Amino acid sequence: MKKKHEMKVLSVETIAKETIEMKLYQPEVSKQTVPGQFLHLLVPGFTLRRPISIAKVDKQEGTITILFKVVGGGTKSLAAYQPGMTVDALGPNGNGFSIDDVPEGGRVLLIGGGIGVPPIYHLAKRLSEKNVELVAVLGFQSKDYVFYEDAFKEIAETYVVTNDGSYGHQGFVTHVFPEVGAFDQYFSCGPLPMLRAVTTELKDTAGKVSLEERMGCGVGACMACVLPTVDNSYKKICSDGPVFSAQEVIL
Amino acid sequence: MNLEVKLPGLALKNPIMPASGCFGFGKEYSEFYDLSRLGAIIMKAATQFERFGNPTPRVAETSSGMLNAIGLQNPGVERIIANEVPRLAEYDTSIIANVAGSSLEEYIFVTKAFNETNDVNALELNISCPNVKEGGIQFGTDPEMAKKVTAAVKEASNLPVYVKLSPNVTNIAEMAKAVEEAGADGLSMINTLTGMKLHLPTGKPLIANQTGGLSGAAIKPIAIRMIYEVRQQVSIPIIGMGGITTAEDALEFLQAGADAVAVGTANFQNPFACVDIIDALPETLIKYQYTSVQDVIDRRSAVV
Repeated sequence: MKKKHEMKVLSVETIAKETIEMKLYQPEVSKQTVPGQFLHLLVPGFTLRRPISIAKVDKQEGTITILFKVVGGGTKSLAAYQPGMTVDALGPNGNGFSIDDVPEGGRVLLIGGGIGVPPIYHLAKRLSEKNVELVAVLGFQSKDYVFYEDAFKEIAETYVVTNDGSYGHQGFVTHVFPEVGAFDQYFSCGPLPMLRAVTTELKDTAGKVSLEERMGCGVGACMACVLPTVDNSYKKICSDGPVFSAQEVIL
Repeated sequence: MNLEVKLPGLALKNPIMPASGCFGFGKEYSEFYDLSRLGAIIMKAATQFERFGNPTPRVAETSSGMLNAIGLQNPGVERIIANEVPRLAEYDTSIIANVAGSSLEEYIFVTKAFNETNDVNALELNISCPNVKEGGIQFGTDPEMAKKVTAAVKEASNLPVYVKLSPNVTNIAEMAKAVEEAGADGLSMINTLTGMKLHLPTGKPLIANQTGGLSGAAIKPIAIRMIYEVRQQVSIPIIGMGGITTAEDALEFLQAGADAVAVGTANFQNPFACVDIIDALPETLIKYQYTSVQDVIDRRSAVV
């Protein structure tokens, strides 16, 4: 049976503008989590839980590191948590990225945009344990929002793009695709307009995309976060996803 | 403590059930607890054909509540009967099917379809969904239309019919009386209140459907007031709902005039909401000097 978890907050840190990294202790969840899954956190005083992406897990330590952007009252309240407090969490929710079909010796393109970067980092860490060459393209609004660049550089050939050009390349993630060279497949997570641009640009390449949407229950019951599929059906982002084959869904 | 309640078609071991639309067909929540613990389950609305629902975003949080405009997404009544009902029938709980439609013919079609299974115990007639463009809501806002669809469904069905009332009316007691006269076996109330939330960066409605149904703790006082009003004017049982989150909330609904209660939005915040309420109900009743759920129902007649 699934359960709710009380997770102890170990640290809370602002790592970029409006961007909070929070380390939580929960060995059971840490052991189960695969890249691309998320936690559904209860913030007291708010009706709906917040789906929050996971940036790292350390199974040895029993920790899960989450990352979120302060956008409204709920995330503001969450950002004010102090070490020692506990968070009520459901999860790990969702399917996560499958990496079984990534061939040994292959070259993989990772594309993360804004708050879509954390799950891509978690994935990059896992892929770096395989014999795979990694190229990462990370997009942010501007210099103030950039995070995890150094961490990516340790394991991947890394390109940073800012919309306003205040850091790295200027423009959108797709603008650096001509520079990254050939790759076998790609993985991407970020805002919908970015995913649309990425999947259009790379329509002939195998790829997986991770989506975000406003959720109700977060477990697949309420039908709030659905997405149409190419076979004239639909998928639930929270439980069938959030990761889908780029060829399977209509963005 | 005895938590049992007997209603038309429903011998409930306790008065707590998940509300339609907030629990799917139970599958996801069966991964959290044994659904046999529930008094009953009200399934997600069934329509004649499969519906894909509204564009997203479909939900938005509000102060002490949320808006939704799912748009009755469901696989269609035949697949519900073939795939969902048999799975739910494995549990020791009553099954209530929510019947939706956009025309009288569709309501009758769906109603008759549920005659073909022995595993559904009652119907909840959904004449109050605010989120579908065609039909639906007019059946729930015009007493004559409500009477007409209730009578037609009663005639088509071999099951007790609980009519789900909309709070988006001037006089809900008038609606309640109309469907009681048309033969309803019970009422279920309240559905969501039509609301809207704007997205400040664009100044446009946040929900793709523009308007959505408001649910959650914010609407509880409205539900209590409406049930209290309706209880004075009709005698058929009421399944009460609207923002129930705790056992105290459930008791308040019973005191106001409900005979059983449904838990909706609270399931999203706490997937264990229904069983937590069931577990807390005995001590809550004791705290307020009740000896059983039926005792609350019996003793309120002196107050209401």
